[in-house]
Amino acid sequence: MSKGLQGTDKRGIRELGGEKKVGWDEVSQGVVLHSFDTKIENAAFLKAEDREYSDFNSYIANVASWRVMKPVYNRDICIDCQNCWVWCPDTSIISRDKQMLGIDYNHCKGCGICVEVCPTNPKSLLMFDEKIDNDDALASWPEKKKKEKK
Amino acid sequence: MAKKFELNKMEFWDGNYAASQALRQAQVDVVAAYPITPSTPIVENYGAYQANGYIDGEFVMVESEHAAMSGCVGAAAAGGRVATATSSQGFALMVEVLYQASGMRLPIVLTVVNRALASPLNVRGDHSDMYLGRDAGWIQLDAFNSQEAYDLTLCAFKIGEDLSVRLPVMVHQDGFTTSHKAQNVTPLQDDEAYKFVGDYIPVDDMLDFTRPVTHGAQTEEDWHYEHKAKQHKALMDSRTVIDRVFTELKELTGREYKRVETYMMEDAEIAMVLLGSSVETARFAAKQLRDKEGLKVGIIAPRVFRPFPFDLIRDAIDMSPNLKAIVCMDRSSPGGAMGTLFNEVSAAAYSTKNRPIMTNYIYGLGGRDFGIAEIQRIMKEQKAHADAGYITTEIQQLSGVRGPKLGFFTTRRN
Repeated sequence: MSKGLQGTDKRGIRELGGEKKVGWDEVSQGVVLHSFDTKIENAAFLKAEDREYSDFNSYIANVASWRVMKPVYNRDICIDCQNCWVWCPDTSIISRDKQMLGIDYNHCKGCGICVEVCPTNPKSLLMFDEKIDNDDALASWPEKKKKEKK
Repeated sequence: MAKKFELNKMEFWDGNYAASQALRQAQVDVVAAYPITPSTPIVENYGAYQANGYIDGEFVMVESEHAAMSGCVGAAAAGGRVATATSSQGFALMVEVLYQASGMRLPIVLTVVNRALASPLNVRGDHSDMYLGRDAGWIQLDAFNSQEAYDLTLCAFKIGEDLSVRLPVMVHQDGFTTSHKAQNVTPLQDDEAYKFVGDYIPVDDMLDFTRPVTHGAQTEEDWHYEHKAKQHKALMDSRTVIDRVFTELKELTGREYKRVETYMMEDAEIAMVLLGSSVETARFAAKQLRDKEGLKVGIIAPRVFRPFPFDLIRDAIDMSPNLKAIVCMDRSSPGGAMGTLFNEVSAAAYSTKNRPIMTNYIYGLGGRDFGIAEIQRIMKEQKAHADAGYITTEIQQLSGVRGPKLGFFTTRRN
C-alpha cells in the first residue's frame, strides 16, 4: 500500500480532540473546526493523502474504536468493480486508479454495506468479529458456491 | 439592485411596521419565518418588500418556528445576514435552536413581539416569552414604543455582527400595545440606515470553499465548559459595544439610548423598575405623583435585559442617595419563585451602599391592563415601606388580579 493511505505516517494516531487541551481563551469561537490551517484553492483535485489537513480534520484521527464487526478484504477474488467504493458511506474503501487497495480501519464503522454489494462468488469482502486476525479470516474464506440447477 | 423607499421625515408606523422597515433597510440576505400573532406583520411585510423588488435576498417559508430558527442558523453559518420574527408559542418552539445560534456565535436578529404563553391560550402581551429566552445566550434589547423598535432593530445588526461580539440579538416590543399601535416614527432614509448598519462581514462562512469549516461540533466534558465560558465572556463584554453603538446612533439621529434608562432618579426616594410599554405609563404616573403630591418617585427601565446591566442598575441606585425603596414589576408568571427582575435587581442592590427595601409585583399577565391609578397606588405603598423602615405588605404581590388579595412572604423583623 502506498504512502499515508492506512495506519501509517500520520493516520489514526490519536482520538479526535485529544491533543493539547487549551483554556477558554484559546478555543475556537463558535466551536468551528477548520479542515485546513491555511486557505486551500484546489482541494477537490487533490487526493486525500496529498492534502495538508489540520489537526481538527478527522482524516488523521481514529474514529472507529467502537467497531465490533469488521469487513476483511480478499485480494485474490476481487475484480476491482468499485461497487464497495461507491457504496461505502464513510469513504473507508481505499481505491486508487480503479484498483481496490483495502479497508481504512481507522474510519470504517463496520456497517457491512461493502459486503452486501460485493458481486463476486465467493464475496471478496466478508464480515468477521473485530478480534479475529485478518490472516486467520483469509484462511477460513469459503469456497465458490455452485449454481443450483432449477 | 434593490429598489429604494422614499420615506417621509416623520412616518406613522406601528411597532411591527417599524421593525419590518428596519429589516428591509438592513438588506437582510435570508429571512426564514413562520407566522404567529402578534408578530406576523413583520415577516408578512418583509415578504412583500422582497416580492416587490425592495430586497436582494431570500424569504424562506418554513413549516414551524423550530424550522424558522434552524433555517436562520444554516443561512447565518453559510455567511449571510439573517433575521426573523416570532412571539409566544412560536418563541417557545424556537428555544432549542436559540441556544444553538448563540453557541455557534451566529449574529442572527430576532424581532420578538412579546405575548403570553399558554395555557390558557392568549394572544395578548406579557413578558413570558422574553423571560423564557433569558438564559439562551442572546443579547436582548427592549423597545418601549415604535420608534425604539425601529432604532433598536437597526442597532441589533450592528451590535451582534461586531467582530468582538458575534452573538445573536433579540429586539423585544410588547404585543399589541406597541406592535399594533401606530405612533410617530422618525426613520432614516435607506442609504443612511444601511450605512449605519454597515456591510455584513462573514466569519467562518461555509460558502468560503477555500477554507472548509465544520459548524456545530460536539464537545463533551473535556471541551464544552471552555466554549461556554468563552461565549459567556463575549456576552458580558458586549456591554461596551452596545454602549458604542448607542452613541453612534445618537450622533446620527439625536436619539439617546442607554442600557438602563433612568427617569427622575437623582433625588428619588422611591423607584419602580419595569420593562416594555409600561415604562412610559409609569413615567407619566411618576411625574403626576411628584407634581400633585410631592412624592419623589423615579423610574428605572432596563433597555438591555441581557447582558443584564448589573453595573448600571447599581449606578442608578448609587446616584440616588435618598432612595429607600424599590419595587420590581415582573410581567411574567414566575412559576413558584420571586420575579426575575426582583431577583436580579435585588442582587445588584445588595452590593450598593444604601441597600434599599426591595419588593416585587407580578402584573399585566395575558394583556391585563396596568393603569396610572394602580401604578400610583403601588408607588404610595412603597412610600409606606420607606417611612416604616420595613416592608409593610407581603414581599411579592399580584397586581390587578380579581379575587382575594394575593401575596407571598413577609419581612422577618427582630
